[in-house]
Amino acid sequence: MNGGTFRREFEVTGGDFYNAGRVSTEIKEILRQIGIAAPKIRRLAIAAYEAEMNMVMYARSGKVLLQVTPEVVRLDVNDVGPGIENIELAMQEGYSTASEEMRAMGFGAGMGLPNIKKNADRFEIRSEVGKGTTLEIEVRL
Amino acid sequence: MTLNEIKDILQCEVITGEDRLNMEVKMCCGSDLMSDVLAFAKAGALLLTGLANRQVIRTAEVADIRAVVLVRGKRPDAEMVALAREQNLPLMVTNLLLYEACGRLYQAGLPGCGEVPAAESGILG
Repeated sequence: MNGGTFRREFEVTGGDFYNAGRVSTEIKEILRQIGIAAPKIRRLAIAAYEAEMNMVMYARSGKVLLQVTPEVVRLDVNDVGPGIENIELAMQEGYSTASEEMRAMGFGAGMGLPNIKKNADRFEIRSEVGKGTTLEIEVRL
Repeated sequence: MTLNEIKDILQCEVITGEDRLNMEVKMCCGSDLMSDVLAFAKAGALLLTGLANRQVIRTAEVADIRAVVLVRGKRPDAEMVALAREQNLPLMVTNLLLYEACGRLYQAGLPGCGEVPAAESGILG
């Protein structure tokens, strides 16, 4: 990622359910203005929203870095939080550690990470228990 | 099928988007689980749900859902209505249960998201 890159960073606050989704909506609007094709925007918006909801539900704070080049849209998601003990398990559809409160919001059914992976051309996840989780999400243009 | 027809079939009360009821939807999905909506709904669909909170509106915006109908007579709170208005999303309420509402629309010819190819969903690519 070098010349001609659009870059913008967004902050997410853990536990802030009122604003949950605002960052993804903003990202979607930016991608629309840049002129990315609608189906790619949709995949990126869904991935961003699932990541944002995960941070609101589990982390203390988080950041999303959006980068757009002529070839690729990339989201780097970093949070400060409990981390994920078993990533392999967390990637399985239906596996969840969500509370009743999270489920009442319509989330926490163990679809988030698999759904991000499904919508990305490239997806990487790293996590350190007690520190936080990092996601790299790319959709090629 | 237009939102006006859907309003009649489900005997809906219109909460937001009164001026956009001539809008067409090509398919419908019914779920209370927003993660499943994100995973299985397609662009251009109508969403029927019994979940009434802001996350429903966010999910609709993110997943290119055209309009939302709350079933089981669920009332949206002021925050949900404000966000629907901000996102310019038509929001309606019906007293029908989810299964009944889905059944009536299906019977009237509105297909499910699993039955319409993505290329025909209204947003091409």
